[in-house]
Amino acid sequence: MRDIVKQYPGVRALDGVSFDLLPGEVHALVGENGAGKSTLMKILAGAIPGDAGVVELDGMEVHPKSPAAAQALGIGIIYQDFKLVPELTAAENILLGHEPVRRGFPFLDAGQIYRQARSVLERIGETFDVHTPVGFLTTAQRQMVEIAKALSRSVRILVMDEPTAPLTERETENLFRIIRNLRTEGVSIIYISHRLEEIFQVADRITVLRDGAVVATCPVAEATTADLIRWMVGREMEQEFPAVRRTYAGEILRIEHLSTGRLRDVSLSLHRGEILGIAGLVGAGRSDLARAVFGADPIDEGSLVLEGRPIHPRSPEEAIRAGIGLLTEDRNNQGLFLKRNVRENITISGLGRVAHRIFLDLKRERETAGRSVQQLRIKPPNPEAGVDTLSGGNRQKVVLARWLFTRARVMIFDEPTIGIDVGVKYEIYVLMNELARDGVGVIMISSDLPELLGLCDRIAVMCDGRMTGVLARGEATRENVMALATAFA
Amino acid sequence: MITPTLKRFGVGLALVIELLLFGIISPYFFTPDNLLNVSLQISITAIIAAGMTLVILTGGIDLSVGSVVACAGVLSAMALKTDVSFTVAMGLALLAGITLGAASGGAAGFFVTRFEIAPFIVTLALMTVWRGTAFVLTGGRPVWELPDGFSMLGGGRLLGIPIPSILMVAVFALIHVLLNYTRFGRYVYAVGGNAEAARLAGINTKRILVEVYTISGVLSALSGILLASRMNSGQPNAGIMYELDVIAAVVVGGTSLSGGRGTVIGTLIGSMLIGVLRNGLNLLNVGSYVQQIIVGVVILLAVLLDRVRT
Repeated sequence: MRDIVKQYPGVRALDGVSFDLLPGEVHALVGENGAGKSTLMKILAGAIPGDAGVVELDGMEVHPKSPAAAQALGIGIIYQDFKLVPELTAAENILLGHEPVRRGFPFLDAGQIYRQARSVLERIGETFDVHTPVGFLTTAQRQMVEIAKALSRSVRILVMDEPTAPLTERETENLFRIIRNLRTEGVSIIYISHRLEEIFQVADRITVLRDGAVVATCPVAEATTADLIRWMVGREMEQEFPAVRRTYAGEILRIEHLSTGRLRDVSLSLHRGEILGIAGLVGAGRSDLARAVFGADPIDEGSLVLEGRPIHPRSPEEAIRAGIGLLTEDRNNQGLFLKRNVRENITISGLGRVAHRIFLDLKRERETAGRSVQQLRIKPPNPEAGVDTLSGGNRQKVVLARWLFTRARVMIFDEPTIGIDVGVKYEIYVLMNELARDGVGVIMISSDLPELLGLCDRIAVMCDGRMTGVLARGEATRENVMALATAFA
Repeated sequence: MITPTLKRFGVGLALVIELLLFGIISPYFFTPDNLLNVSLQISITAIIAAGMTLVILTGGIDLSVGSVVACAGVLSAMALKTDVSFTVAMGLALLAGITLGAASGGAAGFFVTRFEIAPFIVTLALMTVWRGTAFVLTGGRPVWELPDGFSMLGGGRLLGIPIPSILMVAVFALIHVLLNYTRFGRYVYAVGGNAEAARLAGINTKRILVEVYTISGVLSALSGILLASRMNSGQPNAGIMYELDVIAAVVVGGTSLSGGRGTVIGTLIGSMLIGVLRNGLNLLNVGSYVQQIIVGVVILLAVLLDRVRT
């Protein structure tokens, strides 16, 4: 791809980007949110048109004008949010768009569909039943379906956007094995990820994008993590986590013997000014715990005591009124109102503070939103901008601003830095520290162990719906956290 | 740039073009008489459309509006025939009709939120229930010979302007303020945009939905009483197919059927677009069957125009 340009109103997403790929190579594409990685790949995959520049395949100029055209050229892309139809079976999804038909008749050859699907899955070493509707598969299995989809179309270039975000460590290892096999078969892979440690494990070369331009391209062996961060961010980042100088005070929230559909007898104590991490494998019940405390899911047994008073939040509305906030895992589908602007997204949970009885004080609302946007350095600094024009990191800041606006006393963060680049991650850590310093009780659910180890005062570990242990800062290590997380696995 | 302007004022622009077109073609169009006539003709469905806008903004639909119109009209007419003074009878009539509307809306909201049944199904059921009720109550015959004063509501004028037109403007002003300047309005847009996100943001989505369907029911009932007043009788077969005209006005006005996007002023413009079209075609002596076809095509074009985005 040479000198690719893409202009959106007000922003030059790609400013003459050149990128090349060798056969049988794993080429990592790194950059902050909004750097242009997804845009570049979407142009390659025919999802959006480029404004200028040339795409060459095997030395010949090609014009992937549509996803179908790109697929015909052997280019496949696996998006971060899989494009699968949950009601159809795995096999039907794999062959979607190029189903084999019975010879001579315009009917689908069901037998062939299942045979071909099974053989493609076997190529990558998967054995689950292709008759299963995708809706019943695990995230990792769905990813396998996506890979099989690409392979069934004889893909030569496979783009993977944040493939390990939803995976466990074991599943990630499996993915890497598949990637290496594909590489030996001559398939080239463009690997987009924020997880720098993984890049060093699986990639051959790295290209770093920043603000729509290529900053560096080099073999993986010649770069260090510090180099990558410096290229991505444009400045030296001395530390990954802000310094922790915290002493925390009395108990603010006590969870006693909580049981719900997915939780069993969970007890936990949170202190004022503490950052308490919750670790565990996918499915351990961490988000379930958060939702139960937040009133989003019903509680079967057990009790909650907030600042000395028992509470029974039967809805998020009641929880927020009691002073609890939850930043959900899925900011796009469960957090933001993508059709509305930044201002409205910030104030929605605390409209009472910008209203006189039933009428809104729009002037006060605009001022408040303006302050939030400045305080959190949301880009672009326009509260009237539609939230759907913001990058992932900035969207997360909008949701954060919303919860800060509610002045919650207990703040639960569920995977707050997922899919967010280093620069914004650090800003979020600083913010969480400030919250703790102000006496808020902070709970942080994360699958990123280094993040938990670097930031939390204590780490509670869950497995299979139960609390398996709590480790203090200093005694927690990767190993013992993992041990507690797999206690019943 | 042309396109953003077109995007914002697309339907309004279409209306202006339409007004100019008819104004040029027919000399009778821009007479005050005719314009007031148009405002009167659209007022009945427009008032219902204001309520429908709220419902559609939440991502729902209310198919029962036509039947509520009939049943409310019938109930109010029956109340007027009771042996009391006129003022008391009028009070009863309004009470009976509005209560029916509120009850219908409340029931719709209840079944939608408590049992999570699709609004389409719930309001479809209510549609047949109220229609049936109207026929049962009246034995299939109109309720007539109503006290004289009643027809003043739908047929009277204040300062030369028909009362239904004044009510229409008042209703739209109220709903506009509600949607844009109150917490309720903000919550309506939130629930319509993403109901789960709204719940997790602390909004009582169930209450908002019940309130929205209740408002739709009340406004349909109000319209029904106005209609009964204009016909000076309570007709059990009034309001048939009204839901289609009402939904057309809302959609033409730019409100998305999937919810979360739209304005009530847009609905007013949509009502006017369709109403002016019918009026203009009448003045040109276009047959009513042909009118149906033209109105259908214009509705489609208006929606396409609204979809024009770069």
